[in-house]
Amino acid sequence: MELQCPMPQLDFEVITLGHGSGGLLTNKLLESGVFDLLKNEFLDEHHDGAIFNLSGPLAFSTDSYVVSPIFFPGGNIGELAINGTVNDLAMCGAIPKYLSLAFILEEGLTMTDFWKILVSIKFAAERAGVQIITGDTKVVERGKGDQIFINTAGIGTLHPHAQIKKSRVQAGDRIIISGNLAAHGIAILSLRQGLQFESEIQSDTTNLNHTVVKLLDQFGEKIHLLHDPTRGGVATVLNEMARDTRLGVEIWQKQLPIEEDVAGACELLGLDPLYVANEGLFMAIVAPEIADDFLAALRKDENGQNAANIGEIVESHPRQVILHSSIGGKRVVNMPLGEQLPRIC
Amino acid sequence: MKYISEYRDSHLVAQYLEEIRQTVTRTWNIMEVCGGQTHSLVKNGILNLLPPEVQMVHGPGCPVCVTPMNLIDKAVYLAEEKGVILCSFGDMIRVPGSKLSLLEAKARGADVRILYSPLDAVKIAQENLTREVVFFAVGFETTAPANALSVIQAQRSGVQNYSILASHVIVPPAIEAVMNDPDTNIQGFLAAGHVCTIMGIEEYHPLAERYQIPIVVTGFEPVDLVQGILMTVRQLEKGEHRLENQYSRVVRPEGNPEARKIIEQVFKIADREWRGIGTIPLSGYEVRSEYADFDANLKFKVNIEKVPESDKCIAGLVLKGIKKPHDCPEFGRGCTPQMPLGAPMVSSEGACAAYYHFSQALEEVGA
Repeated sequence: MELQCPMPQLDFEVITLGHGSGGLLTNKLLESGVFDLLKNEFLDEHHDGAIFNLSGPLAFSTDSYVVSPIFFPGGNIGELAINGTVNDLAMCGAIPKYLSLAFILEEGLTMTDFWKILVSIKFAAERAGVQIITGDTKVVERGKGDQIFINTAGIGTLHPHAQIKKSRVQAGDRIIISGNLAAHGIAILSLRQGLQFESEIQSDTTNLNHTVVKLLDQFGEKIHLLHDPTRGGVATVLNEMARDTRLGVEIWQKQLPIEEDVAGACELLGLDPLYVANEGLFMAIVAPEIADDFLAALRKDENGQNAANIGEIVESHPRQVILHSSIGGKRVVNMPLGEQLPRIC
Repeated sequence: MKYISEYRDSHLVAQYLEEIRQTVTRTWNIMEVCGGQTHSLVKNGILNLLPPEVQMVHGPGCPVCVTPMNLIDKAVYLAEEKGVILCSFGDMIRVPGSKLSLLEAKARGADVRILYSPLDAVKIAQENLTREVVFFAVGFETTAPANALSVIQAQRSGVQNYSILASHVIVPPAIEAVMNDPDTNIQGFLAAGHVCTIMGIEEYHPLAERYQIPIVVTGFEPVDLVQGILMTVRQLEKGEHRLENQYSRVVRPEGNPEARKIIEQVFKIADREWRGIGTIPLSGYEVRSEYADFDANLKFKVNIEKVPESDKCIAGLVLKGIKKPHDCPEFGRGCTPQMPLGAPMVSSEGACAAYYHFSQALEEVGA
């Protein structure tokens, strides 16, 4: 369901270069009511930056969002920009608190589109329980951007029981995935020119921080590593982990949760779902003794209903990810070379 | 997916594998012709489930691998210098030409677009009337009907700014080229199932007869492949050489006459250069003169100088199954998917890329 707020009356319909000039038009944009959506005590200061108190160990992360198309089934670039950075903090074992939000707008972006994106940013931030405390808006000439680019940076306080580190991953650890693979990437691809196919596949974009906090409350330091397999998919994250820990990874194809629609679309497009991007998914490397309880707890959460134990960390074949195919064969799952390219036949 | 899952049944695969083990008494070299089959053998880990007596040799059926470098150079030239919108299937765009791949040309500003269907390229042409749109029409008989249809559709709709850069190859002459090579050691073939859905199976009878080899038209799912291999091994062990159709749920003996009619309307059979192998007589399609306006080769008269392939690359021997990829001194050293010397290291269907991934598995897993 798309959440809505009525757009204020404006005397301009599209973003122009002047809206990023810092002058009168910028002020007009800021004061038009557009940014009232995100209102809070920090932004109300209208200062160059935000001043706040946080104590103890902190996590800090940043990410830029350039997704095209900017509206896709299941979401848009705005909520993606909030959820993405919130999730990066959650993967550090942190409780996200504050975000910065910077727009690079392309001249000609319609106010209606910009408004829709702002509204979804507002609701995504509310759902995640974070505040946007500083921001920036620049406008580039037509042709120098792709409608809208967003950068967010976020800061969060570390969960008291979190000890998330690659160095804590050990042989015997289990690999738990929180839900179905590849939905986001396929939802985006389904809209790209030349690839249109009819599907109802929705992006899985969502904030994972509340889910992660609950798991950390219950399992604490038994969770050795968390990762969200966004760009490059599950295969990339597993390969990075194998490389950095010098341990081996084994996964079982039969255990990989994937929706039939998505599996079918991957088949049709000649893509391997292991390499397709996800946005509302995380992978947890946990001590074997808690694996069953962890999985059971995760499956009770709204973000983990399809969670599955997909594999194990092993000492043999260091730095290699091996997949046991559903027919009993084995193959290496490599780091992708670049963007996955669809095959001819 | 219900229809597909039966052909991924692990028990059935295990049964066929067991039958292969019980049937085989000596080493047999079987070539799977199609890159799609190579991909499936590797992706499903089937190669290391087969008994060592069954040696699968990856054939020349990787359209990306056999597209001449000169044609890639031409595509790059059209995109970079002539300002055309160059449309292509995905895995073609990473294959290196003599200087650049289409992917690199795209990064340098050329308008290169990845499509799934040539009909979308016609649509792009209709939407961009001031620009020329070229579709890089690569592939075997399987993709030929759609490429031909795009030309017919462009002509019917009066689209004048659309043409195809055709590099179509056909399977039977490739089998002949493999068998005519005095160094060949191939004893049986898995023929490409999808090609036969279009072309039918009749043209393979004379090949089985002439070269005294079993040919089994085979599908792409794990059950298809192990069943096709079993059928081939059974014939080999009995000293038979027949054409059999494992993929009968999809392939009718007469193929798809409608699709063939479309191919014949637009294309005629001509000699064709295969990258790494050389020219094979009557082994490809070229656009008929009636459709000359839609032939990018004629529309843009560009003479791109032929640059010789790297002399270190043994792709031709690999594509004919005479050498295995790891027989090449450059394999995994001077030639990797990141820095390929030849096309078979690029595409996921290429034998070298397949071996590159699989041999890692062999070493590391100790399989």
